[in-house]
Amino acid sequence: MKVKVIVTLKDGVLDPQGKAIQQTLNGMSFSEVKEVRQGKYFDIEVSINDEEKAKVKVDEMCKKLLANLVIEDYKIL
Amino acid sequence: MRSAVIIFPGSNCDRDMDVALKKFGFKNQMIWHNDMEIPKSDLIVLPGGFSYGDYLRCGSIAGKSKIIKSVLEFANSGGLVLGICNGFQILTETGLLPGVLLQNKYQKFICKNVHVKINDKENKYFKNIKKEVLELHIAHNEGNYFCSDDELKSLINNNQIAITYCNENGKEADRYNPNGALSNIAGIFNKNKNILGMMPHPERVIDKSLSSDDGNFFFENLIENLK
Repeated sequence: MKVKVIVTLKDGVLDPQGKAIQQTLNGMSFSEVKEVRQGKYFDIEVSINDEEKAKVKVDEMCKKLLANLVIEDYKIL
Repeated sequence: MRSAVIIFPGSNCDRDMDVALKKFGFKNQMIWHNDMEIPKSDLIVLPGGFSYGDYLRCGSIAGKSKIIKSVLEFANSGGLVLGICNGFQILTETGLLPGVLLQNKYQKFICKNVHVKINDKENKYFKNIKKEVLELHIAHNEGNYFCSDDELKSLINNNQIAITYCNENGKEADRYNPNGALSNIAGIFNKNKNILGMMPHPERVIDKSLSSDDGNFFFENLIENLK
């Protein structure tokens, strides 16, 4: 089955790319854009059919590699 | 004195480091990341570059490579481990050093000489070094050191902040901080001070024909301290 993961920067961690995207959008006359935070999305195909078991495994992957918990949070969708 | 430089796919300062170490008398060996063992060494160096293309996060993939287990064992038994630039990023990703290197504050790859002040000399890297401020080279896109408030307090309390960005007279200020690093941090130690991670490249400034030769002070001193 497939497991989807989103990794985002924690609040307060500087995101220069998000800032540049926000400024560009503002410059394109999307003046309503107040902030952009850029994140990462992973589609992980695992050879486990049980959803709960697969998510437990992916949770371990997030902690060990996919996210750096000093600066990032993750969400398994 | 024996040293080992680990080469990852995408390392590009490994040979500069080899030249620098040999210039000052180290018997250096180059070790491939897929090897399992490191020959007996007095110093292990994780060089600069773009290991694994900086995929996922800088240093994250290298931090899980086969050779790292031996580096961890060596470091945890008190061996000297020096990480320069990408090597510093790898050290934070393995957890040997606290914090993380974020993208530079102003979104630019920075390649220039900077001055750094040596903040602590009670360690094998800087003990008896003849200069207080060194002119070294930096070349990075992710050198903005960041850690939690508690970690920063701990770094300060344990004198783990090794070097900080400053001007040629050792004065620290925002305008001398090239990448937005917290507290002008350019390099830190672990608690035992056997592990040093730093963004500047001393191996790039070891000859008068280059833009500075202050790297000589660093390597000359390091090998003396290891004898």
